Amino acid sequence: MPFYSLAEIESHCREEKKSFFEVILEDDMNERKVNREESMEKMAAMWTAMLEAADSYDPELKSNSGLVGRSGAKMEEYREKGEPLCGEFVSQVITQALQMGESNACMKRIVAAPTAGACGVLPAVLIPYYRKYHEKTETIVEALYVAAGIGQVIAERAFISGAAGGCQAEIGSASAMAAGALCALRGGDSRQIIAACGMALKNLLGLVCDPVAGLVEVPCVKRNVIGAMNALSCADMALAGIQSVIPTDQVIDAMREVGEKMDVSLRETGMGGLAATPAGQEIVKSMKSKKF
Amino acid sequence: MVGPSSSHTAGAVRIGKVARMLLGAEPKHARITLHGSFAATGSGHGTDKALIAGLLGMDPDDMRIPDSEVIAEKQGLEYQFHTKNIRGAHPNTAVIQVDDGNGKQVHLQASSIGGGRIRVNGIDGIQVDFSAESPTLIVNNEDRPGHVAAVTSILAEADINIATLTLNRGKRGGKAIFVTETDLDIPRSVVEKISRIPGVLKVTYLNV
Repeated sequence: MPFYSLAEIESHCREEKKSFFEVILEDDMNERKVNREESMEKMAAMWTAMLEAADSYDPELKSNSGLVGRSGAKMEEYREKGEPLCGEFVSQVITQALQMGESNACMKRIVAAPTAGACGVLPAVLIPYYRKYHEKTETIVEALYVAAGIGQVIAERAFISGAAGGCQAEIGSASAMAAGALCALRGGDSRQIIAACGMALKNLLGLVCDPVAGLVEVPCVKRNVIGAMNALSCADMALAGIQSVIPTDQVIDAMREVGEKMDVSLRETGMGGLAATPAGQEIVKSMKSKKF
Repeated sequence: MVGPSSSHTAGAVRIGKVARMLLGAEPKHARITLHGSFAATGSGHGTDKALIAGLLGMDPDDMRIPDSEVIAEKQGLEYQFHTKNIRGAHPNTAVIQVDDGNGKQVHLQASSIGGGRIRVNGIDGIQVDFSAESPTLIVNNEDRPGHVAAVTSILAEADINIATLTLNRGKRGGKAIFVTETDLDIPRSVVEKISRIPGVLKVTYLNV
């Protein structure tokens, strides 16, 4: 049975003296009737797919519409040449988020986490971390279970699609998953993981889904960057002992309420927000958009 | 999966694939109706390519999805897209009417609910609700007493635990659809046994 709350996961951790990752792993084993190795193999395959997706970035490629592409390459050149304000590690995070978002817009193979539009957030923090700290693959795979457990509760309690709940449900959820995963990687306990997740989701509450011309390009690619940066800062805050005043399960409920109140023009219909700006409308006109 | 949208691409591939499996044959003609966000932004997300890819039997991580229209032409699958506002439907909903050019046809309504997950809402005009994530058995039968008992006892004999079970029908004494999701894979022999129950019109087994 899927978990309906993070509090429930935490009480399993506390009562059974298990880590967050183990509780989710055992749930997967039980749910899919697989053994530990089989479950971990499947998650490791996700990690391999993320690394492969990162390697397959093409710095010259533009999306069909021509709206996105090459930003990840520009960021990489800038980082190598100059002295980025964000420092070495964080600018690698920015670069990775852009590259994965652009690969997705170009219909390349990526790992939806939790969705394709938000597929840049988790790899943006995990891949630079893996490389910088020479982290073991197994430890990264464990962190992916933490992310998966968080994503599953959000999907169960609220939603993870922009059409249902706006961008907060996509980039917000991805950021919450990444914050929890980072916290776990740094040795945070289940309380800290859940706090990081709650803070990350709170910070992006209300974010609307307003893709220009309805494409997962503008502003989606760059919003992967804010999702990743937000995850880093929330993981650090949680590791510093900062708590979320509103319990994380209630933050998820608030996300649901906000999403339900969001006008349909702001939920992946390409009719409101940035999509409705004069510049956004101009793009729609200039594209020889195929009609059904 | 292949980008750019888990709802509009991966979920759409799954919906197409479920339609193909329900048809149980090589699809020849498809009439696809898109609602809500699928209709508004589907073209840019490749929803059209994804639905066709699914109808052709591809999975969400198939690298050929961007070329599905060309492959459809080669394989002789004709299709048309329409948009329509379906009252009360999830914003990412598609209705697929598909036939094999040989008498078999299926009418499917399904929604893509995020992260590539779907809900099947209707089959041949009868309301259903399942995810197609676990092994799913769909039994079309005449609305007469005893069918549920007959199917569940065959499953029990085979030691297959039922996770969910729903029964819906059009009108009394008409056609009914019985959907059960199970924990374990259902062997072919069990599916065949169920299809031989008198009054059972069609049995489809989905393990996507």
